[in-house]
Amino acid sequence: MIRAVIVMNTQGKPRLTKFYDYMPPEKQQELIRRVFGVLCSRAENVSNFVEADSVFGPDTRLVYKHYATLYFVFIFDSSENELAMLDLIQVLVETLDKCFKNVCELDIVFNYSKLHTILDEIIFGGQVLETSSAEVMKAVEEISRLETASNTITLVPKSISGWRS
Amino acid sequence: MGSSIMDSLFQRSLEDLIKGIRLNLLTEPTFISKSTDDIRREIKSTDLHTKSVALQKLTYLSALYGLDMSWAAFHVVELMSSSAFAHKKIAYLAAAHSFHAATDVSLLTTHQFRKDLNSANPFEVSLALHCLSIIATPQLARELTPEIFTLLSSSKPSIGKKAVAVILRVFSEYPDAARVCFKRLVENLESSDPHTLSAAMGVFCELAVKDPKSYLPLAPEFYRILVDSRNNWVLIKVVKIFGKLAPLEPRLAMRVVEPICEHMRKTGAKSLMFECVRTVVTSLAEYEPAVKLAVVKIRELLVDDDPNLKYLWLQALTVVAPKHLWAVLENKEVVIKSLSDADPNIKLESLRILMVTVSESNVAEISRVLVNYAIKSDPEFCNEILGSILSACSRNVYEIIEDFDWYVSLLGEMSRIPHCQKGEEIEHQLIDIGMRVKDARLQLVRVGRDLLIDPALLGNPFLHRILSAAAWVSGEYVEFSKNPFELMEALLQPRISLLPPSVRAVYVQSAFKVLIFCLHSYLFYRETIACSPSSPDNFVTESKCPGSDSAIVAADCQQDEVFNPRASNQFFEDASAEDVEDITVTHAQIPNSASLGKDGFTHESIGNLLNLIEMALGPVSGSREVEIQERARNVLGFIELIKQELPGLVKKEGNFEREDLKFPKIIELMHDAFSKELGPVSANAQERVPIPDGLILRENLGDLEMICGNDQLPTSSSFSFGIPHYREKVGLPQSKGESSEASTESTSLLAEHRKLHGLYYLPSEKNDISTDYPPANDPKLQDNLNDHAKDLVKLTEQSLLQKKKPNHAKPRPVVVKLDEGDEAPIAAKKLELKEDLLSGAVRDVLLGNEDVSTSQSNLTDKSSSKRRGKEKLNADQPSGPKEVLGDVGNPNIGNSSSRRSKHHGHGKERRHRSPRKKDKEREENGQKDKQKSSHRHNRHKSRQRADGPNNVVTQTPVIPDFLL
Repeated sequence: MIRAVIVMNTQGKPRLTKFYDYMPPEKQQELIRRVFGVLCSRAENVSNFVEADSVFGPDTRLVYKHYATLYFVFIFDSSENELAMLDLIQVLVETLDKCFKNVCELDIVFNYSKLHTILDEIIFGGQVLETSSAEVMKAVEEISRLETASNTITLVPKSISGWRS
Repeated sequence: MGSSIMDSLFQRSLEDLIKGIRLNLLTEPTFISKSTDDIRREIKSTDLHTKSVALQKLTYLSALYGLDMSWAAFHVVELMSSSAFAHKKIAYLAAAHSFHAATDVSLLTTHQFRKDLNSANPFEVSLALHCLSIIATPQLARELTPEIFTLLSSSKPSIGKKAVAVILRVFSEYPDAARVCFKRLVENLESSDPHTLSAAMGVFCELAVKDPKSYLPLAPEFYRILVDSRNNWVLIKVVKIFGKLAPLEPRLAMRVVEPICEHMRKTGAKSLMFECVRTVVTSLAEYEPAVKLAVVKIRELLVDDDPNLKYLWLQALTVVAPKHLWAVLENKEVVIKSLSDADPNIKLESLRILMVTVSESNVAEISRVLVNYAIKSDPEFCNEILGSILSACSRNVYEIIEDFDWYVSLLGEMSRIPHCQKGEEIEHQLIDIGMRVKDARLQLVRVGRDLLIDPALLGNPFLHRILSAAAWVSGEYVEFSKNPFELMEALLQPRISLLPPSVRAVYVQSAFKVLIFCLHSYLFYRETIACSPSSPDNFVTESKCPGSDSAIVAADCQQDEVFNPRASNQFFEDASAEDVEDITVTHAQIPNSASLGKDGFTHESIGNLLNLIEMALGPVSGSREVEIQERARNVLGFIELIKQELPGLVKKEGNFEREDLKFPKIIELMHDAFSKELGPVSANAQERVPIPDGLILRENLGDLEMICGNDQLPTSSSFSFGIPHYREKVGLPQSKGESSEASTESTSLLAEHRKLHGLYYLPSEKNDISTDYPPANDPKLQDNLNDHAKDLVKLTEQSLLQKKKPNHAKPRPVVVKLDEGDEAPIAAKKLELKEDLLSGAVRDVLLGNEDVSTSQSNLTDKSSSKRRGKEKLNADQPSGPKEVLGDVGNPNIGNSSSRRSKHHGHGKERRHRSPRKKDKEREENGQKDKQKSSHRHNRHKSRQRADGPNNVVTQTPVIPDFLL
């Protein structure tokens, strides 16, 4: 399964983190730092895989892709195929690109929750559930609609619903 | 008050927060802590919108800035129950991020989860499932199993696939859920929705990786997917599953190898092809044509410029290499070339391939190539290379090394590579080879000498450990040294002050050994000249020595000395008259000095030697480092003693001969002390020590500490055997308290102590010598083996000496090998004991599954045709065969009334399913019972659970039926 997804910029600032096993926030930050330490020491045009046993425990691998100012990092174990993971990063980035029209780091910085929505449509509890960016887009749009609708509806009865439970 | 209203009116949104952080880059920590204070206030708001925004900001800060948000857990639960989708979404995200097993409020979420799982809005269901897939606890999983069971057959694919995927977490938290949901999960393998199928395959792949054996009965379903599916994601998973199943069932492997090869030939997706190749080389390596095809594919892609593909194919090659060396040979050029690739992954992988191919015949060649690469490489890869050479060569006690002279020289060469940081490992191997391989000692001393006399090496801190080993080897095996005087100069050169104290201490001790050797050789030489050939009875064996080559004789002596494993103990403890005799008898056989003495040892050179030592060690004797100080003082004190005993040594030569006809006993004793063989000690030697009668090791030693305290002994000292003995020797009244050590209460404590030591060392050594290498020139070891342990304790050295046999020349040197086989089984046992709860429960269900098939095939010979009929029936009424199981494999339903009633509760919730459900419950209960009482009775279970291999055997009749 996929253990974690991390998006960070080339300065090591995380932009999106998702750990599919619980990890305390400090531990997450430490792992992100160590991942960045590994990534920034790698040259361009080398392979995208890193054995991550020393960072994430036995039987873990890390695959990353470098787009402009961002690193997209997936951590996974032997139940996943390395090349498929590489493709999945591509799927994620393509979806973001469609979603934000020429995605750049700022889009990712300011659309934190939308990013989660997109990622959650692709990966569910560490399992890959959707690999078509069109399908992901459809679901994401519907969820966004639902969110805005619920926000406007709740403008009036929100205090009531607050008392309810 | 006013401010809170202002805050709620002008609450910062997440976007404001992000903007703020970006504006306050320099004061980021202050800004974040201020924002956290805001959040803490806002989150308490009764207005759900304010609360949700606060929670969203908090989640953001926690995920990206590592802020603790465990304190907000209750607010998360509150917000989860909001009816607004947007709030719910924020709350579920926060819960997925921050809840864990120890979050107590997660218990409060059960109801909300149930409500959302039953929601008409598929996106709400999806939110809840998402969150569950990350944070489900055993309680949540147990309570929500019925809901998930329902969702498994949801008509909406977007929900169905998520329900399937969440199963993984549910099973791992609450294994018993498998009894309810497993059949539904299997049904999803036939789902028409590709996403659901893909999700199900993902789940089965995860499950099968953990415990493949349990999923063998599902092989036919997987096989169908392997042949029919056109979805690469699904195929990758199914190939992975077969990679796990095939090794368990040869006939299955036979069946799947062709379809997998077919995919390999046809697929355009490199990911799928790689998966097929990997599966073939790892799990189907016996199928020559398949492996050949895989290697062809590897070769085609190995030349690819894409570093990712190159890396992965090299990886596949690493897997093939051990069984199919030809595959590497065919690609040798690419592999060697990859050693200088720009990509560290590729370099490392090609190094691994090379190391896999190392064998007796090519180790020298490969090591040569690699060492040359290492010299040119960057420090990191250089050490990677050296490390893998060292570990490959030392594997299994230097199994692949034929020529130890070559290997020892290689170690010396590696030490001199500028980037070498493997000092510790090289140090260990130099000493280890010295102890294990007698024939390598000459070369070791040579290599050691070369390292020691090079003053440039002293400046490199990475080499200090190696120099320590070189010094130790040179001192320990000084009899092989061509020029002990030169060695002494190297050991005492002024630049050794650059070394750390621990290494210098080794240097001083080695100098001591060299000194003793020189004195002994010199005096022995004098004596043999001075005495008539008919020496006193002490030197009975001497006559055999002159004329032999010094090295061989020395080796001979070394072996002979192994006869006296206790001699050194005796020397230190209490040399009785008898023992002294033994020692002298042994020591009469150190004659090689005679041959050396002829060329090197003159009266003058010995005098110079003593002066050199006094000069060099004089200042050190005041060293602050106790180890150095003590050893230096020992040497100096010894020289003083010698000067008193042998005043002739420092005088003019003329009066020497008359004065010193007698061989000073002190030199004999010291020489004896240093020339005892040191051998390797097994890691588990201590376990083999038989526990003396009456000694209870597990007894609480609480009172011992008190006693030790009374004795003013440091309480931190380990509880060795020594402490009680010491006390009893002193005769303290407290020793009575230790009735446990009854045997040691006798009066002859000293004898006991010695006996204990005998017990401690002798049997273990006897066992330690492996019989893999017939100890042709160690015949006494075999004699030892034949003796009873009891006799060994009392065995005198004389009796051993009589068994001495002549030396034989041998092609490969004997490598003393410890019997390390003992350790592996212990580890394996532990692994077995640590069985996964999850796989245990899942296996229960699947074994139940298989019970049907066996019972059915027992019922009728035409089972296969009948089965097919049944399977078709499954499509309509999937739990059909399981109902049969419920009746057949469930003899003790009655025992589990309490559990059954509980499950009836669940049954009621889904009335429309109740008839089938009941059967399932019965089956579940039966299985639960089985699980509970598997060790008591129930034939099915005990047969299948007895152990792994049997299990597979009992299953074998099933699979071909399915497959054909």
